Amino acid sequence: MPFASFCGTTHSFISHSHCVSQLLCLSVISSFQMQFMLLFSRQGKLRLQKWYVPLSDKEKKKITRELVQTVLARKPKMCSFLEWRDLKVVYKRYASLYFCCAIEDQDNELITLEIIHRYVELLDKYFGSVCELDIIFNFEKAYFILDEFLLGGEAQETSKKNVLKAIEQADLLQEVRHLMKSMWGR
Amino acid sequence: MPAPIRLRELIRTIRTARTQAEEREMIQKECAAIRSSFREEDNTYRCRNVAKLLYMHMLGYPAHFGQLECLKLIASQKFTDKRIGYLGAMLLLDERQDVHLLMTNCIKNDLNHSTQYVQGLALCTLGCMGSSEMCRDLAGEVEKLLKTSNSYLRKKAALCAVHVIRKVPELMEMFLPATKNLLSEKNHGVLHTSVVLLTEMCERSPDMLAHFRKNEKLVPQLVRILKNLIMSGYSPEHDVSGISDPFLQVRILRLLRILGKSDDDSSEAMNDILAQVATNTETSKNVGNAILYETVLTIMDIKSESGLRVLAINILGRFLLNNDKNIRYVALTSLLKTVQTDHNAVQRHRSTIVDCLKDLDVSIKRRAMELSFALVNGNNIRGMMKELLYFLDSCDPEFKADCASGVFLAAEKYAPSKRWHIDTIMRVLTTAGSYVRDDSVPNLIQLITNSVEMHAYTVQRLYKALLDDISQQPLVQVASWCIGEYGDLLVSGQCEEEEPIQVTEDEVLDVLEGLLVSNLSTPVTRGYSLTAIMKLSTRFSSVNRIKKVVSIYGSSIDVELQQRAVEYNALFKKYDHMRPALLERMPIMEKSASNGPTEIVQTNGETEPSVVEPKHLPPVTQPVNQANDLLDLLGGNDVVPVIQTTMPTKPASAGGELLDLLGDLSLSAIPPMTAYNKNGLKIDFTFERANPNPNIAVITIHASNSTEADMTDFVFQAAVPKTFQLQLLSPSSNVVPALNQGTVTQVIRVLNPQKQQLRMRIKLTYTLKGSPVQDLAEVNNFPPQSWQ
Repeated sequence: MPFASFCGTTHSFISHSHCVSQLLCLSVISSFQMQFMLLFSRQGKLRLQKWYVPLSDKEKKKITRELVQTVLARKPKMCSFLEWRDLKVVYKRYASLYFCCAIEDQDNELITLEIIHRYVELLDKYFGSVCELDIIFNFEKAYFILDEFLLGGEAQETSKKNVLKAIEQADLLQEVRHLMKSMWGR
Repeated sequence: MPAPIRLRELIRTIRTARTQAEEREMIQKECAAIRSSFREEDNTYRCRNVAKLLYMHMLGYPAHFGQLECLKLIASQKFTDKRIGYLGAMLLLDERQDVHLLMTNCIKNDLNHSTQYVQGLALCTLGCMGSSEMCRDLAGEVEKLLKTSNSYLRKKAALCAVHVIRKVPELMEMFLPATKNLLSEKNHGVLHTSVVLLTEMCERSPDMLAHFRKNEKLVPQLVRILKNLIMSGYSPEHDVSGISDPFLQVRILRLLRILGKSDDDSSEAMNDILAQVATNTETSKNVGNAILYETVLTIMDIKSESGLRVLAINILGRFLLNNDKNIRYVALTSLLKTVQTDHNAVQRHRSTIVDCLKDLDVSIKRRAMELSFALVNGNNIRGMMKELLYFLDSCDPEFKADCASGVFLAAEKYAPSKRWHIDTIMRVLTTAGSYVRDDSVPNLIQLITNSVEMHAYTVQRLYKALLDDISQQPLVQVASWCIGEYGDLLVSGQCEEEEPIQVTEDEVLDVLEGLLVSNLSTPVTRGYSLTAIMKLSTRFSSVNRIKKVVSIYGSSIDVELQQRAVEYNALFKKYDHMRPALLERMPIMEKSASNGPTEIVQTNGETEPSVVEPKHLPPVTQPVNQANDLLDLLGGNDVVPVIQTTMPTKPASAGGELLDLLGDLSLSAIPPMTAYNKNGLKIDFTFERANPNPNIAVITIHASNSTEADMTDFVFQAAVPKTFQLQLLSPSSNVVPALNQGTVTQVIRVLNPQKQQLRMRIKLTYTLKGSPVQDLAEVNNFPPQSWQ
């Protein structure tokens, strides 16, 4: 994979019209990074989008559209990995939802499958036998759970129990009307 | 003002919309309501409204007017507000807009909040989308949190630091002290994120890498942690299918890879643990294989001992037999990376790899194909080629071009015999002829030309192929060219390799003319067939038929075809005496470099291309003049053919260098000489030296005619020994006037790099008083100065 030259500390983008070049630009030296995760239905409706690289709305839409089309065109007998532009895409279908991650060249596809599986397990534990409707009607919770599991595209907690505990506690906090320093003093 | 509808109710309502238009209408209505609510600065329902906006944004509708509202939510004291506010910021804001900088202060405050979950929100947001400016401003806060004893925050701070370093690499140094005792943590979350942070630092900075190797003794620490993970008993919290914290194991293995690369000591220190992981990991589930995969990658990248490398390749070999196609896929990918360095080890798995050509998955097939080509060698060429040709027959069109190129290349490198080589090419052309790359046509022509003993066989097979199918252009072009060249062999029925077919001249011309008129033929193909037909005028007896065809195309709409036809017509009419010479058999072409097709496309870019940059011979479409008879007389292959330009068009390649080398002509005192003097025709040579290259002699011939009648259609030809190169320029005229009233001059350039004695054989043809005259002579009396 060609390395683009780093854009400098002010992070002014090299002005490529093609958004994939920007993806490359950002992946300068680190070749282990999840760039984004998409969840979509079999009809191609987006249910969750988490971007770990900065892109414009227009670019995100374009990537989403293309990738969704590509993944939906895959036949069931095919493997879970595909090369897409300069990235590797790892996807897996759980019931009516496709979970799709874009990782970089040096990343380990098999462990990414485990990451996806862990996220599904967390959703399942939280919602109790999760289905697509849960994700549709509680999309913000799906994001909260994801953000307790991954940060910047990397796993921050490898214990299922700890992630769920943190979510539980944070949910409780929503009940409290105001956060005041004196009440919760450290 | 009624309370804005709840989020879930909105979702329910929108989902009832039956058309896109209906949905849009609902959305527009709700957006209007939300906008007025925002205008009223309603604190109570802001959170609800932004949440709704985020839902509509996911459906694809614009939501930028909610950006500032997100900031207000972040600044709120309610946790619910902050949660939605930060989520909104991550979804709606991006670092290209200055608005995002307004977040910085809020984040800073929240990083110091008394509630860890608020701090967590801030760290998460910063670590996902913080711009370089924000990172600069807040790096100090992150660094502080990296040192906290609260593991919930510490792990998040570590990943946040990773992001900061990615955005602002110069800040890496400031995180160094905080990494000191990260690995002594018991908490797996902290361990995992710490390993990620250390990986990032080592990857980015060779100094850091050296520091962690030498000073911090990172390798032993990592080895110890990994060992504990493997040896420790069942730990329910981190267990995945019987394996303890596979995520952490994989990250450790990855960091070990970076530390061990190009470093003997580090590699040695991790040798045992790698062997242990490789042999003890449970392989029944994906998770175990994920760890094995990472282990293999590490073993191959560091300076591991050979036993370990063989172990790694064997693991990959076992992967190839796994039922799970994902595993087979990663195995092929990894083998592709190692095939250059551990070629023999990978060869042992060749048959399994070849079986993968039949896999249903496109990615697996592609990798198997690339790997197969990498494994072809002189010993297995026959067997491998059988499999690859079978693959070529049945594979998807997207593979055919690359596969065909690969076959040509492998065949060229390892062909066991010329017959086999031609057969293989034929097979590719007939099964995948339309996918073959354009540059293959001249390469194949050159190959066929140089396989002298196979000419009859080749032309026969190509002819038969044409009878079956004229739709594949590269096949048709090569076949036309061959028929034009070797059509005489075709009709004479001389084939040693297989049963000769009986075909008449008319049948051959039918086929070639058929190509000219067919809708399937491209203009290039038509050009090939017209030229072929023309060439047959010296090999066949049905010249009149050919003349007719050629004259028809003199008014073709296709300019290229028209030009050719006109020129060939001229050849018939005005230069008929030159025609035999012009259209004679091609000489053996010099091979410049490996004329293989361009490199096989490697989709993951891992393997080094195994092909040299191809040097193309220009497609030989112009008739080339060469004095075959002269060659024979001077002793077989001893002589280099002469390229004569009869028309003022670009010369063919062989003479090109002479043109380039020629600088100013400068006179030097080389005496002129008479080369030939017979029957009233006298030819004198005068000499010049070309500067700056002293190896080139420039000879001007002066032909004069002392008889009473003009000598018309005068053609001068020359041949020199092999160590020389010669080029003839256009003559001043082809009529030598009678009674010495004028001379015909022509320039010859001779390149004589070995400074050998110049010899020349010349051939003269002209018409005198209606009768053609031809004579041959040898010129040996060159003055020494002309070649010393």
